Amino acid sequence: MAERRTLRTDYLARVEGEGAMTVRLRNGQVEHVELRIFEPPRFFEAFLRGRSYLEPPDITARICGICPVAYQTSAMNALESVCAVEVPEPVRLLRRLLYCGEWIESHALHVYMLHAPDFLGYAGAVELARDAPAAVERGLALKRTGNEVMTLVGGREIHPINVRVGGFYRAPARRELRRLVEPLERAREAALETVRWTAGFDFPEREVDCELVALFDPGVYAIEDGRIRSDRGLDIGAAEYDEHFEEEHVERSTALYSRLRERGTYLCGPLARFALNGAQLSPLALEAAHEAGLDAPCRNPFRSIVVRSVELVYACDEALRLIEAYEEPDAPAVPVPPVAGTGYGVSEAPRGLLYHRYRLDAEGTILDAKIVPPTSQNQRAIEEDLRAVVGRYAQLDDEALRGLCEQTIRNYDPCISCATHFLDLEVERR
Amino acid sequence: MTGPRVVVVGVGNALRGDDGAGLAVAARLEGRVPDGVAVVPCVQEPSRLVDAWRGAAAAVVVDAVASGASPGTLHRFDAGVQPLPGRVFRSSTHAFGVGETIELARALGALPARVLVYGVEGAEFAAGEGLTPAVDEAVDRAAAAVLDDVDRLIREEGACTSRP
Repeated sequence: MAERRTLRTDYLARVEGEGAMTVRLRNGQVEHVELRIFEPPRFFEAFLRGRSYLEPPDITARICGICPVAYQTSAMNALESVCAVEVPEPVRLLRRLLYCGEWIESHALHVYMLHAPDFLGYAGAVELARDAPAAVERGLALKRTGNEVMTLVGGREIHPINVRVGGFYRAPARRELRRLVEPLERAREAALETVRWTAGFDFPEREVDCELVALFDPGVYAIEDGRIRSDRGLDIGAAEYDEHFEEEHVERSTALYSRLRERGTYLCGPLARFALNGAQLSPLALEAAHEAGLDAPCRNPFRSIVVRSVELVYACDEALRLIEAYEEPDAPAVPVPPVAGTGYGVSEAPRGLLYHRYRLDAEGTILDAKIVPPTSQNQRAIEEDLRAVVGRYAQLDDEALRGLCEQTIRNYDPCISCATHFLDLEVERR
Repeated sequence: MTGPRVVVVGVGNALRGDDGAGLAVAARLEGRVPDGVAVVPCVQEPSRLVDAWRGAAAAVVVDAVASGASPGTLHRFDAGVQPLPGRVFRSSTHAFGVGETIELARALGALPARVLVYGVEGAEFAAGEGLTPAVDEAVDRAAAAVLDDVDRLIREEGACTSRP
């Protein structure tokens, strides 16, 4: 008997089979698990060749409707590094504030609209909203606050247009940012409530044992930049990424699978960040984590929803701290004359490490570009996790197993446009 | 402060071929709608539209669809009282579709009393810019149809709202 069910996102792309998962069981044994992912970055890499080095922030922001700031930031980090320019501290902090807005929006979307229904036995947020409208409204309010931060700092909530290589077109005035304080304080309360809410869910038992990779900044919980570190001793700069990570073609799939050379599967995203840098969270976020029974490291992907909730608290807290400390920069941007060479940039997208690399000629024309989105980095870990989950719960009927598989994939918050557009889920039993 | 009475939304991704149809309609309507009408392009997951609709009397949504009809076909649905047909506006698990967003707003009591949804049948959704000719032509028809709807919705709303 082969059953098939199609789940697809309907606003972006409508090409069948771009993102799909196949699970094949034979006599209760897992025979084949495959997650097929469509990768727009490949298209963008080609699209960027021959263009000006000033364009990637605008262009790559369009790769993902959920995390444009992540794409912009990794691009700017790469381009500023090749041009040997360091942006002034106030500009860097403003970028971090913008990024906090994106974390709030993205995490709120994922926790409330996409992931929580799995734990509470609902088909989706619509069904959840009928029974628990207050919870869904809380999620929407959090999202709205994230949008407000992005709109004020980025100039526009989606595809922020105020962002440029070297800084911003216009830096907000202190009093403008003060307008965000009250909504952010309310959002922080809602985020604390979110931690309490998600901590009460039931979590299937599961531990993943792959290497955890996250950015590290000695001063703060790394978001907008940092060194690439792992829980097994990796500690490199962005420029060394290609020496340590590789993308390989797997015969049965068109996707590229990232792996750590000589080491194999790794995982990035909230679990990795919390494991490596949890001690750097704000006292309030740490307290919330502790009350939620969450102690780093947490290796249960199902509990990533709680970690995301803790990061929501942190992002609100951090945004408030950044606004409090904000000094208007002398100039919103510094000049970035082009330099021939190769630049490397990383940042922590809400769902994990996002790597960009650009090679420029002396006029600043892009000779080649490489983008590795977090969902590609995690693809191998997701598949391995799926295989283990299916093996362990193979006795469930198709519907329950399918639900558990979907939930397992959602544990990783795969980016809808940097990864899965369409999820065709096939469960075949032979 | 009162929000717009009618919210027109164009949904899509301009870098996925005909998926940009909804955005193209929104772009064509910019500056051509009467007072009290907001035109909102939506290139992101649309759950934010719940907020955009709150308090509005009517909403018009334009999105690209792939239902199997010939490219450029214009579908029109009244979603004010019942959900959109799933075969045309499919649901998803990883982000919100237009159909789900409408149902979410309905569940939260945030859906305007009148909701019209246009689906522009697309042909090509692969990565790349630009609409296919049949869809490009349909965008003009859709924009004109939306303007007619907007005028009618404003008249109806004016007729049934007694303002002091």
